[in-house]
Amino acid sequence: MERSGNADLKHLKPQIAPFREEMILNMGPQHPSTHGVLNFLIVTDGEVIHQALPNVGYLHRGFEKLAEQTPYTTFIPYTDRIDYLAAMFGNHAYVLAVEKLAEIEVPGRAEFLRVIVCELNRIASHLISTGALALDIGATTPFVHWIRERECINDIMEAICGARLTYNYMRIGGVSRDINESIADQILKFLDHFEPMIDEYNRLISFNEIFIKRLANVAVISQIDAVNFGLVGPNLRGSGIEMDIRKIMPYSVYDRFDFDVPFGEGFKGTLGDSYDRYFVRILEIKESCSIVRQALSKLPKGNIKAKVKRKLKIKENECYSSVESARGEMGMYLVSDGTDKPYRLKIKTGSFTAMSIVEKVSQRLMVADLIAFIGSLDVVAPEIDR
Amino acid sequence: MKDYADILFEYLFKTSIESSPFSLAWYILFIFLVAGVLLFFAANFAGITSFIERRIAARIQSRVGPNVVGPQGVLQWVADGIKLLLKEDLIPGRADRFLFRAAPYFVFSGLFAAFVALPFGYGIVAADLNIGIYYIFAITSLVVVGIIMGGWSSNSKWAMFGAFRSAAQIISYEIPTALSLIPVIMLTGSLSTQDIIIAQGGMPWDWYIFHSPFTLACFIIFFISALAEGNRIPFDLPEAESELVSGYNTEYSGFRFLVFPMAEWANLWVISAMVTLTYLGGWQIPFVSLETISGSPFLILISVGIFFVKTSIVVFIVIQLRWTLPRVRVDQMTLLCWTYLVPISLVAIVGTMVWMLVFPWDGTPGLLIRLLMSGIGAAACLFYIKRIRFNYLNDKLLFERLKGKPSWYPFWRLP
Repeated sequence: MERSGNADLKHLKPQIAPFREEMILNMGPQHPSTHGVLNFLIVTDGEVIHQALPNVGYLHRGFEKLAEQTPYTTFIPYTDRIDYLAAMFGNHAYVLAVEKLAEIEVPGRAEFLRVIVCELNRIASHLISTGALALDIGATTPFVHWIRERECINDIMEAICGARLTYNYMRIGGVSRDINESIADQILKFLDHFEPMIDEYNRLISFNEIFIKRLANVAVISQIDAVNFGLVGPNLRGSGIEMDIRKIMPYSVYDRFDFDVPFGEGFKGTLGDSYDRYFVRILEIKESCSIVRQALSKLPKGNIKAKVKRKLKIKENECYSSVESARGEMGMYLVSDGTDKPYRLKIKTGSFTAMSIVEKVSQRLMVADLIAFIGSLDVVAPEIDR
Repeated sequence: MKDYADILFEYLFKTSIESSPFSLAWYILFIFLVAGVLLFFAANFAGITSFIERRIAARIQSRVGPNVVGPQGVLQWVADGIKLLLKEDLIPGRADRFLFRAAPYFVFSGLFAAFVALPFGYGIVAADLNIGIYYIFAITSLVVVGIIMGGWSSNSKWAMFGAFRSAAQIISYEIPTALSLIPVIMLTGSLSTQDIIIAQGGMPWDWYIFHSPFTLACFIIFFISALAEGNRIPFDLPEAESELVSGYNTEYSGFRFLVFPMAEWANLWVISAMVTLTYLGGWQIPFVSLETISGSPFLILISVGIFFVKTSIVVFIVIQLRWTLPRVRVDQMTLLCWTYLVPISLVAIVGTMVWMLVFPWDGTPGLLIRLLMSGIGAAACLFYIKRIRFNYLNDKLLFERLKGKPSWYPFWRLP
């Protein structure tokens, strides 16, 4: 076996020291359940993993550099591609940063519309996440049912902004299109249909004995580890830490809604195991449904877009703004230099920090558990690499 | 029961087979004929089941399924088979070519040889071996040899993982499978598949499953371990497409690959027929005695039909389980076998022995217990149907609320 010829191993080799009878297993980048192009180098002597190193960077597209060469207003479509399963949050984080820097007031209706689409998108993203986790465990049916529900959300998104996956909906100072009565009806109808479906889904898979056996007490992340490794979002809350950007640093109009932040409490096993991270997402779906309902009922009338100059120039300044994306805190650090392009944009995403904990937690796991663990972290390859 | 070959020979040539000089040639011809019939049945069953499974899976997952090739897609399996036949037969660069080519033969012969001893109706069995059950166990173990050969020779780590998992799985689960059939063998006093069915009766309380709580436990153990031996979810660890890419058959393509899924679906029949013949009364017709069946070709056909229906119901349950349950982990799989299934089946063997002494088959208390047990079985079936109905009505309501149109449509207008 010519291990030295492997380009992946070259820079990771100092970290890997296989003993006799151990072998290096290359999981990915073309593996059915690494959720995109993601590579793991696993040192194993059979089913038990001795060491697993995530090898990221297969999907690096250089968005941060692209931002430096693109005017402020035209960078929004790129932010869709940061995390294609939750494209609205990329939009939202970026426009929030620009608005903060340029001191633009956003109309109330636009803020509410942003909340509605973001929460719908959070539901859609969590549907994929929880369904794909079941798929990784081997149950194919739940995923297909969740895809069907997500299709309804895609239809709604298509009606709102014309796109089904990469929305490009938000604009600096507002949103691109308004919603009308029939779309509001469509959303409410979907929620009426969907909320009982969560219970049915729980009956199908969440409380399935084999499913619980596969996830409970597997890949436990302690509270201290979760904080030290910089986990965010549902992964952090799965470890029992009640941290949600929507609550602690309310942006947009999130302070006007009444919602809970579900966090892990060892639902079926230890605090911070894979099942907690999974079930926190299921509970979050319910909360998002309630936020959408509240936002629709409180939706004010008015403009959907503030007056913003077509060629936006921002004086020398810097700011950091973050949103609670479906995968945790998505932050944008924006530096302007007085031209119409950013001087620097740094994007912070949840999936990247989640990858850092894989090496620590995956020791002594089984190969099948690693799959469940990655699934429960809900990483999306483009969001890791940007 | 007289040998069918002898009867046919005498009918065709009007002479006794003992006095004929062509008897050896006749027997060889007959062997090939029977083998051809069995292979035809098994291959077609495997193909049709693949189509039916995909349609059932589609209904479970609320999608359409294959519906393009032929009316309602019934020829999809033929198209798939032809496609795989025309595919390039690829052997990986540094594979062990000889073992790589040999592996599908082992898988194929291991499974299809099991059909020899499987009964299909009264007197309809290729060879009524006096060690029938034992033979089926022995010959299906050959499959794992093929799987290990295929996985090892592919020169792929994922295939090797699949092969070793399969070895661990089949070695573990052969034991509870065999142990859980010992009560049946004790009750019958024979290993022959036909004798086992003849010893049971047509009505549910005459089946071995409801003989005692111990045989019921053995039935459940046998069903679980048969699932494990057939590599079906929740025990499809050797394939485990989300963990091991495709397990032992990762590197196979074309016709060599086709053998593996075909064997898997043929195995579905073997599992279900074994369950039916050992615990569910086989081809026994209610209220009809054996002597009446043997005299009437029509009743023999009915018995074939009953066996087919019972087996198909078990096949359906296996398919439904596959599309409902997640997969267990490899250590949980062996743990389940060695800490639960083997001890329970050992206890059940002793329990059945005592039960046979205390409550004889024909005694009044024995009959009463059997009636009670079949009542419990009926209640379980009713509960199963009720749950399905509950979920169906729930979904129907939600669908109609969302789309504003009825969710039911006649089956001949399936999309």
